[in-house]
Amino acid sequence: MKQNLKIAILMTLVTTVLLGIIYPLVVTGLAQVMFHDKANGQLITRHGEIVGSRIIGQAFAGSGYLHSRPSAAGNGYDAANSGGTNFAPTNQKLIDRVNSDVARLQAENPGQPIPIDLVTTSASGLDPDITPAAAEFQVPRLAHERGLGEDQVRQIIQRHTYGRQLGFLGEPRINVLEVNLALDDVSPLAKK
Amino acid sequence: MASKRSKKAIWEGKIVGRAMVDSFVKLDPRHMMGNPVMFVVEVGSVITTVLLVRGGGAFLFNLQITLWLWFTVLFANFAEAMAEGRGKAQADTLRKARSETIANRILESGQIEKIPSSNLRAGDMVKVVAGEFVPSDGEIVEGVASVDESAITGESAPVIREAGGDRSAVTGGTRVLSDEIKVKITSNPGETFLDRMIALVEGAERQKTPNEIALNILLAGLTIIFLLAVVTLQPFAIYAGAPQSVFVLVSLLVCLIPTTIGGLLSAIGIAGMDRLIQHNVLAMSGRAVEAAGDVDTLLLDKTGTITLGNRQASEFIPAPGVSEAEMADASQLSSLADETPEGRSIVVLAKEKYGLRGRELGPHEMEFVPFTAQTRMSGVNMSGNQIRKGAVDAITKYLAANGGAMPPEVQASVELIARSGGTPLVVAEKQRALGVIHLKDIVKGGMRERFDQLRAIGIKTVMITGDNPLTAAAIAREAGVDDFLAEATPKDKMDLIRREQAQGKLVAMTGDGTNDAPALAQADVGVAMNTGTQAAKEAGNMVDLDSNPTKLIEVVAIGKQLLMTRGSLTTFSIANDVAKYFAIIPAMFAGTFPVLNALNIMHLRTPQSAILSAVIFNAVIIIALIPLALRGVKYRPMSAAALLRRNLWVYGVGGIIVPFIGIKLIDMLITGVRLA
Amino acid sequence: MTINGWLQIAVFLALVLAVTKPMGIFLTHVFNRERTFMDPVLRPLERLLYRLTGVDEDHEMKWTEYAFAMLLFSVVSMLLLYLMQRVQGFLPFNPQKFAAVSPAHLAFNTAASFTTNTNWQSYSGESTMSYFTQMAGLAYHNFISAATGIALAIAFVRGIARRQMQTIGNFWVDMVRSCLWVLLPFCVVGALVLVSQGVVQNLKPYDAVKLVEPQQVQHVNADGKPAVDAAGKPVMDTVATQTIAQGPVASQEIIKEWGTNGGGFFNANSSHPFENPSPLSNLIELFTIFAISAGLTYTLGRMTGSQSHGWAVWGAMAVLFLAGVTVAYWAEARGNPLLHGVNQQVTATQAGGNMEGKEVRFGITNSALFATVTTDASCGAINGWHDSFTPLGGMVPLVNIMLSEVIFGGVGAGMYGILIYVVLAVFIAGLMVGRTPEYLGKKIEAYDVKMAMLVALIFPLVILVFTGFSSVNGFGTSSITNPGPHGFTQMLYAFTSGAGNNGSAFGGLNTNTLWYNTTLGMTMLIGRFFMIIPMLAIAGNLAQKKYVPPSLGTFPVTTPLFSALLIGVILIVGALTFFPALSLGPILEHLLMAAGKTF
Repeated sequence: MKQNLKIAILMTLVTTVLLGIIYPLVVTGLAQVMFHDKANGQLITRHGEIVGSRIIGQAFAGSGYLHSRPSAAGNGYDAANSGGTNFAPTNQKLIDRVNSDVARLQAENPGQPIPIDLVTTSASGLDPDITPAAAEFQVPRLAHERGLGEDQVRQIIQRHTYGRQLGFLGEPRINVLEVNLALDDVSPLAKK
Repeated sequence: MASKRSKKAIWEGKIVGRAMVDSFVKLDPRHMMGNPVMFVVEVGSVITTVLLVRGGGAFLFNLQITLWLWFTVLFANFAEAMAEGRGKAQADTLRKARSETIANRILESGQIEKIPSSNLRAGDMVKVVAGEFVPSDGEIVEGVASVDESAITGESAPVIREAGGDRSAVTGGTRVLSDEIKVKITSNPGETFLDRMIALVEGAERQKTPNEIALNILLAGLTIIFLLAVVTLQPFAIYAGAPQSVFVLVSLLVCLIPTTIGGLLSAIGIAGMDRLIQHNVLAMSGRAVEAAGDVDTLLLDKTGTITLGNRQASEFIPAPGVSEAEMADASQLSSLADETPEGRSIVVLAKEKYGLRGRELGPHEMEFVPFTAQTRMSGVNMSGNQIRKGAVDAITKYLAANGGAMPPEVQASVELIARSGGTPLVVAEKQRALGVIHLKDIVKGGMRERFDQLRAIGIKTVMITGDNPLTAAAIAREAGVDDFLAEATPKDKMDLIRREQAQGKLVAMTGDGTNDAPALAQADVGVAMNTGTQAAKEAGNMVDLDSNPTKLIEVVAIGKQLLMTRGSLTTFSIANDVAKYFAIIPAMFAGTFPVLNALNIMHLRTPQSAILSAVIFNAVIIIALIPLALRGVKYRPMSAAALLRRNLWVYGVGGIIVPFIGIKLIDMLITGVRLA
Repeated sequence: MTINGWLQIAVFLALVLAVTKPMGIFLTHVFNRERTFMDPVLRPLERLLYRLTGVDEDHEMKWTEYAFAMLLFSVVSMLLLYLMQRVQGFLPFNPQKFAAVSPAHLAFNTAASFTTNTNWQSYSGESTMSYFTQMAGLAYHNFISAATGIALAIAFVRGIARRQMQTIGNFWVDMVRSCLWVLLPFCVVGALVLVSQGVVQNLKPYDAVKLVEPQQVQHVNADGKPAVDAAGKPVMDTVATQTIAQGPVASQEIIKEWGTNGGGFFNANSSHPFENPSPLSNLIELFTIFAISAGLTYTLGRMTGSQSHGWAVWGAMAVLFLAGVTVAYWAEARGNPLLHGVNQQVTATQAGGNMEGKEVRFGITNSALFATVTTDASCGAINGWHDSFTPLGGMVPLVNIMLSEVIFGGVGAGMYGILIYVVLAVFIAGLMVGRTPEYLGKKIEAYDVKMAMLVALIFPLVILVFTGFSSVNGFGTSSITNPGPHGFTQMLYAFTSGAGNNGSAFGGLNTNTLWYNTTLGMTMLIGRFFMIIPMLAIAGNLAQKKYVPPSLGTFPVTTPLFSALLIGVILIVGALTFFPALSLGPILEHLLMAAGKTF
């Protein structure tokens, strides 16, 4: 009995060093060497400044930008505060929020039902993607605001569309940040 | 008894009457506590009764619920009382046989003293003459008598009991029909076979068997789980804004806990013992009955079980230079005084085949030489001549002693017969071998099919015989047993049992002789023949009153049936809960949340009728299943996989479906008569 | 539901099927202490560990000593984790300068949570835990609680396989071998694969990002309410930067799945793009949740000499898995009928369905699949919020946990969990074949039934009693964030998840309160250890029993019929216990939702 207690204490200490310290440090070392960009969050820099992570979404409200999904992370796309609303489908707050978003978006494209992902918050609050339907929904507005043809906008979107991985995994999606950076490159908005 | 007695009807008026009274007596909480499931129902009934008396709420509904809860308890008690009732009726009959008799005790001086049989102690000597009852259990030490044992066995034909050997035991309460015997009493008053038998059939000493205990734990566990589910439902209901009345909660609880099996469990156990008794087998404990169901290996004595009791002469094979007729004649002569069945069959064969009539020859002409263990021969000495018959090695020695030798042809015949499963008996005349008599074992009809059935249910049969391995193998092949033990001594038998048990197998055997006693005790199921010695009967855990060794197969079937009945009704009981949920849950909450009526898939009329129907179904199903509990579920020999499939369909799937139909029907009925 | 959706589910199950045998054989070698290709590296390391800690690797333990050693190890390591959280401010690898985890009941809850392999998170990882606590405290417990689970399962299987023996192995050896041969190598490889998909692995401080488009957001007061000025107009803040949390994520992410722990590095768990960036990483995570548990069914067959029994158990698990995923997928794909003006249909350009609380890259299929898998196993990782699932879609994970997470199940825990059901199934139905029930040659007797019932009893006990108390008291109901029946489900889910050591949540419920942190902490400890002890008692009891050779009369545990029976027993025992609660939670909510009711 006493022997087992001694083992328990020593075992905790020894394995903490092995599994809790050596293991993650070794993996960190290997990852930093093998996949440096990925291991550090695929950060995008513009003019020496980090403007985002390729796989972390950002909020866009301006009409010249492709809009991301609503976010419940902090006060919106707070990447130090990930999370969702956790609203139940029967929660009146959810219905109210969706209704007001729908009303706003329908003003943009009257008569069209709103693609569901545009009015629902993601799980992480950091969803970098929207569906092709949600992007297409925004094409007329973007074309108008950016002074581009709709097909030009579609081409930009197309370039930042990711299909199903290996042809069948996941869902097709558009990386919002990448599209907006591309839009800014192609046709910058006039500074207000 | 039973095989002779017509099968008892389940609902016999006298038994039912007594059981009804007993159902109320058994309401005593001290009795109910032994059955946790039904105890919970009783407590629930008391609670609702108290609340009913205090008034308030829907009186008619609450009254009906309360009554049906009490009925549930009473029905369960009734089931147990019914099972006991059948035993009690039998015990009454047996008690009559135990009535006081006067015994003739033989004093040391040789004088005879008349004392009441209840004063006899083990070790006393008594004399019993024709027409008298045997006053207590004992062994015959002197004399032979025909005895009427119908009071114990139900068999009216008298049996012969004689001193010495394996048929020396007599049982108190039987009647000597002819002759007179001297008996050494072996039991003290209150401990006789009859006393034990009465106690057994009455179930007075009934103890829970291992499987029953395990099942009880399972049922108690389920009861606690459902108790939790129901008790915590109230706070959930309060959260939802739909608190429930105690009547409804108790109803739900009683419907969910496994009352069906809980109510019938002890009845099933008692009925299992009872079924054995109907087969004229007395089990000394329920544990033995259960063990019978688990048996993996059956040890069967060849003689009397697999083959007819005796071998018969089927052929005379003369030695070279001896005519068949001469050989037959000598054989017949040597056997004239041989009263064994084999000896008689030789005489008969010689007569039938060669027209040789049995001759009445006086002792002055010839002297009979009986079989002894030393010579292992028998025969006859005539003027100047000797005829001997016996096993081949004994005769070889005899020939050698007389200056002769065994001819190779005879030797060959001997081996041929042995290999075919027969017993060769060599006949010789001084130095001359005359030939071989072929004694044949006759395998009983239908045995092969029975062994096939046993194999199908995974039971191995081993034939035990004193024959040599060659003979044994041939008979084993003919009878279809899986294995055999040849030239078996009591020790070999014991070793075989131990070997099987060491492999984790359960062994059953029958036996009657004192020799068998250690093996009977060692076996997991030891069935002693009632004709056997007292020692054998003490050692075994069952006694077959019919003394039919083949009965072992039925005993196994009864053991299995007992376990199957328990398992099937447990499954049925648990499966029933699905329908009860669909009856009660919507009824509880549809008032507050009409959408929950979507769960009322039986379309029960009103919440009250739904709950009441479930409670009534739950009570009535106990009564409905009493015959099944008492008779046991149908058992056909088939593999466990096939049995499982069949019983899962009948009792599992059936258990899910039946209550849906039953509750719906009850709902239609009670709404029809406007009870709810 | 789409063909492509079903294809993804089929591919996933096919992968699990494919790994079962090789994994099972490998585990058998490891725990029979037979040679494996990794021995040249690992044996010296193993021996070093034993030398450092004083373990005699040839010492065999009775079940009581096994249980005692396991408990000691859990207690000591739990205390260390508690302590580590409380002093993390003074420890290295803390670039964000996080102070001690507080209040104390949160640290207790977290320590209990990770020790019991639950990984319930009342905290938010990226704003609470230093890198050191994440690595040496949380990820470390991911290893050892999983290794303990595997060790226990192996001990149970030994109990069945051994004949007339008093001992069931050596806890320390089983635990160490689980770590060294199984978890550690799998994790090193798996972590790097995840990094290749974009899971981060670094020790740097959080990055500050200059937003492409600065945002106006309403100011939030100290009391958590949105600020308005005197005129009632919202007070706006300009947000120009985004802080991106970083950390040694991959090394923790992979053990979180291999070990079916589920505690996320970040609050958003596997929905966070840094934990689960791509559909492929998602598939890998799903696969690793099931792989060891699936392999253990093969190990069960191999060690007990009845390979087809192992497959029969696998089959029962697979059927239950498919049933769950079908319901969840169907329910989520139908969307939320209360939303109007939106398109929830499956079209060529969107997956449709109920997307609240789900990520676009996973869509409906992978979210429903993940929710099913994580609760079939006792993982509890999530890639979408179960709280926002439709009532029936959310009921699937709840029911999965209520069935004791035996559908492949937690590593080890799933195996010994289902073996308890097997014991009960064999006992109930075994009688029906007319013999004392036998399981793989071992008679199931009163003692075994008693212990199995104890396990079966403790689970509903803690769930129902604590949920009952919470339902009718302010300290319980005030944490509810979704009113109506859903709020009840939130509480029910919390205690179910705790007792089942799952760790997933109906995340809206605010459980960082004294009541929930304390009761959930207790629930997790009871749910783990009060079940393990009777389970080990059965193992010890079975080990010393005689073996009864099977015959035609033996209850068959190798057939599809047995699989069906096992499924029946699992469903009936689970469903009967929880049906009343479910009918007032998700079922009621579903019916009300269909009737157009909101709360």
